[in-house]
Amino acid sequence: MGVRVERTDLAGIGFRDDVITQDGARIGVLTYREGGREVAIFAEDDPDAIAARVTVTAAEADALSELLGQAKTLDFLNGVGGGVAGVYTEHLTLAADSRYIDHELGLTKARTKTGVSIVAIVRGTDVVPSPEPSEVLLSDDILVAVGTRKGLDALAVILSDSRA
Amino acid sequence: MSHTAAVFIQLGGVLLALSLLSRFAAAFRQSAIPFYMTLGLFVGIGGVIPLTESQEFFEIGSEIGVVLLLLMIGLEYSPKELLVSVIGNRRIGVLDALLNAVPGAVAGWLMGWGLVGSLILAGVTWVSSSGVIVRMLADLGRMANRETPTIISVLVLEDLAMAFYLPVLSAVAVGATIVEGAVSVGIAIGVVVIIIGGTYFYGRRFARLFSADNSEALVVGVAGMAILVAGIATQVNVSAAVGAFLVGIGLSGRVAASAERVLTPLRDFFAAIFFVYFGIQTNPADIPEVFLPSLALALVTMFTKFATGYIAARRVGIAVPGRWRAGLALTPRGEFSIIIASIAVGAGLNIAILPFAATYMMMTITMGPVVARVPDMEWFKTLVRARS
Repeated sequence: MGVRVERTDLAGIGFRDDVITQDGARIGVLTYREGGREVAIFAEDDPDAIAARVTVTAAEADALSELLGQAKTLDFLNGVGGGVAGVYTEHLTLAADSRYIDHELGLTKARTKTGVSIVAIVRGTDVVPSPEPSEVLLSDDILVAVGTRKGLDALAVILSDSRA
Repeated sequence: MSHTAAVFIQLGGVLLALSLLSRFAAAFRQSAIPFYMTLGLFVGIGGVIPLTESQEFFEIGSEIGVVLLLLMIGLEYSPKELLVSVIGNRRIGVLDALLNAVPGAVAGWLMGWGLVGSLILAGVTWVSSSGVIVRMLADLGRMANRETPTIISVLVLEDLAMAFYLPVLSAVAVGATIVEGAVSVGIAIGVVVIIIGGTYFYGRRFARLFSADNSEALVVGVAGMAILVAGIATQVNVSAAVGAFLVGIGLSGRVAASAERVLTPLRDFFAAIFFVYFGIQTNPADIPEVFLPSLALALVTMFTKFATGYIAARRVGIAVPGRWRAGLALTPRGEFSIIIASIAVGAGLNIAILPFAATYMMMTITMGPVVARVPDMEWFKTLVRARS
């Protein structure tokens, strides 16, 4: 599952992130410091030269990442926070006897009490992205939560609160 | 004609001519620097129409040009970027200095220009033109190439090395005994290290002196700070250029980005004056005499610079075609070579370094971008592929 992403700095200009695919192909995203980005596909016969490049605006980059991202919501979420110190993503499984089963997500008051955001719910093979507070939780749901270490620990305690 | 009228007419005429030359150069995707210098040859000492009244303006304008050129180079980098570059690429930096400064020093010695002359030529041949090369890489669509970070880190290290080289040169150029020289070199290097270290820790506080949102206050403030520090630096023999460079490094983040934007037109104006003035000071009659030696040195040091880039790229695992691209892209020398040679004038050294450096720089800056395009040609690719 681990995707290789390499970042290379270009002092005074910006930086380039490369994604190396399983087939060994390389896709680079060049981010200029003054804004503006370029997507580059590397050549097959010359590993260091680019075969094609496209300049994309911020909005186009968003659209592109959404297209690629839809199928990969979970993978993407795994990486969220990876670059930000002190922010973690965690998958919290709802215990079978949790008192929140069959209740709305809002009842957990996760955000108010712990500052943690529930960014998705994994339900079997389905994913509910950005769930509303009215989303009803089911047994075996996995909550994808983003927050601080302390917040995530607190949320785990809240969720494990049994029905009794 | 009144003095003011004469100065205005000469200055205005030169500026208009520069503008036409700049457009001409841009049409052929060439750097404007050699064109500016050639114009200077025509209107300067020993030129066709020597301009005497406006000399004073050109002289001071050219010094402001150096300050702004270096300020802008400094603004591009943050202290952190420099530190990371130095730590990661110090070996390449040393190799670059050995391969490219030594031929210059030897040439200076062969020409009989003594220690100072050798030191100056060493600097002239050492430093590639980051301005020309970065623009060329963008033009050739190679910004995202994998060998480009290697090229950039060589350029960054050279820029940073100038912060140490220029004070040494200034100290040696003012004469002084070995002990006196050693002391002022020691002071200069100490000051540079303290300032770079200080901006690393206190850069934010320094940036707070300026407001990124008030462009009028920003342009006057940052230029003023650079000129002030340049003046102080000159007084303690650290060289004005280095003072301005350090101010640029000290500023980073939003203030640096805004300052870069608002100062660019001002830099373009005074840098043009600087390159013209260098041509003005050079007597065209001295060029034929130095033509062959400087051609020889240009060929040798274009080769050594190519070798530097080739080896640097090989070290980080770039394949053969990329090594050629990295090596050939680094060959043009430019603004720094001229800044270094102009220190020779500042130090009152009456030697043939001026025409020599001018000829040398013009050769590398025109031939460099031509050879840099070779690796993109089909016949070259076939040749490299056949051999590997």
